[in-house]
Amino acid sequence: MWNVAIAELRKLRRPTLFLGTMGAVAFFSALFSSLLFLLIDSPDGNSDRGRMVGREVLSLATGGVQGFSSVGGFLGIIALCVFAAQSAQEYTYGTLRNILVRQPGRMRVLAGKFIAMKLFALIMIILSAFVSITASLLLAPRAKVSTDLWFNADGRHALFTAFINIIISVIGFGTIGMVLGLLLRSPISAISLGVLWLLIVENLLIAVKNSLQNWLPGAQLASIASGGAPMGSANGVEYSHALLVGGIYVAVGAVIATYLFVRRDVSN
Amino acid sequence: MSNTAISVTDLSKKYGERTAVSHATFEIPLGTICGFVGPNGSGKTTTMRMLLGLITPTGGTGEILGESIEHPERYLPRVGAMIEGPAFYPALSGKENLNYLASLGGFSTDRVQHLLDQVGLGDRGKSKYKTYSLGMKQRLGIAAALLPNPKLLMLDEPTNGLDPEGIQEVRALLRSLANEGTSVFVSSHLLSELELISDYLVMLRKGEVVFTGKMTDLMLDQQPIIIAKGANETELVTLLGIAEAAGHHAMIRDGAVHVEGPANWALDFNRAAFEAGITLSQLTPQLPNLEETFFEMTGEK
Repeated sequence: MWNVAIAELRKLRRPTLFLGTMGAVAFFSALFSSLLFLLIDSPDGNSDRGRMVGREVLSLATGGVQGFSSVGGFLGIIALCVFAAQSAQEYTYGTLRNILVRQPGRMRVLAGKFIAMKLFALIMIILSAFVSITASLLLAPRAKVSTDLWFNADGRHALFTAFINIIISVIGFGTIGMVLGLLLRSPISAISLGVLWLLIVENLLIAVKNSLQNWLPGAQLASIASGGAPMGSANGVEYSHALLVGGIYVAVGAVIATYLFVRRDVSN
Repeated sequence: MSNTAISVTDLSKKYGERTAVSHATFEIPLGTICGFVGPNGSGKTTTMRMLLGLITPTGGTGEILGESIEHPERYLPRVGAMIEGPAFYPALSGKENLNYLASLGGFSTDRVQHLLDQVGLGDRGKSKYKTYSLGMKQRLGIAAALLPNPKLLMLDEPTNGLDPEGIQEVRALLRSLANEGTSVFVSSHLLSELELISDYLVMLRKGEVVFTGKMTDLMLDQQPIIIAKGANETELVTLLGIAEAAGHHAMIRDGAVHVEGPANWALDFNRAAFEAGITLSQLTPQLPNLEETFFEMTGEK
């Protein structure tokens, strides 16, 4: 398993993939956080879906990680694409047969790949946290937002909580990407289906029937990333509910994909 | 310890109603080069995939290096393979691709440069795989197969895309590996190549083994042929008639009469032709080569 993980990291660290992905993560993390402060007085809102996050909210202990939390769902989509591509390309390149000849334990192959991709996702998240918080710190004075509470005990707790939530969410999105990659065996199909479903189909379904947000996988994982809606809130999904339903989706998908990966003949 | 590199009994694979391999039974002794031949779709690659644990047989048993094919993890660390052409990551260099596979198998990456040199890619190891020609990709595939310092090497069409010099190098490489004790199981459509290097042969037709054994045994079992040429087409027809009248199976092919018969009948044939007023410009008794034997046994021509 560790041999597979080390080998996968050799592949994941290649400059075009690593620097390209990290560049996109840094850019969008900076963008999401900057807009939060630069558009603070905009009547059209300064956060996702036109939501307004005012100075008083940004001045709270959780204010420093607002930008980081709002980029969490986007990090999930990036993870989905990376996990899906890295899993499905073994079929399109025909490299799976090389892998299985050198490492016939298919569960080990899957576990090793998953570990390597989780590490890749972790680096993404750390970079995003660093860029988001740095951008927030740099832009807070200009937006007249106090940063006094950001780094006290509550602020550090908020950072830790946001970090854990985003890790769970990103790994969830990534797992869905890996499942799609293994099921569809084509990076383009897996990424297209995943992104289309999460960004378009789910939003359309929720727009038509709001209660569906409690049952769709992308909505659960995005909710985990943002820390969930307050208990009893009509808008958004509660954290514990999102964790349970999202966890079921990810677990069922992972079990089916693992079963197929282990049992399926490698004939391409 | 088993003295066979590969031993399979009744190995079968069905996809629904279609039978890809049917009750294949053969043994390949250690330290030999075994050619694996058969027409396209005869089940060669499916058989190799079953031996490598990539697909599950629907019936039969097999052993590789003394271990059951139900447990590929027990023998694959000693097996090198290239199945259905080379397959690598286009965005990685040749060297990075080999390093990846070395890490995967838990092998030292120290051998990678040596292997690249061995297959003639020493100076192109840092180039991206996607920039390689077909022949270079093939060489990288062979290098990858050699990574574990294998006791058994399984190669599917290793000379595809290679120029004549490359083919000769691969032939020499396989022979030297066999001399060092490595067993080689190699499929190729270049039957003349296999004839030159193989000690053993497994021949498949429509998923069934039609011959397995020593190459020399196969060739000696074949009916010798006598090739005769006259001055023109009309004389070829007369020669054909002479051979058939003497009870031999004969045909006109490539501007000559091919007669199945013992070499010593050539003397009688020459005499009969002379009596018919034909002066032969060629009279050659010979054994059929592997290609002719292959076509004969598989009924492909």
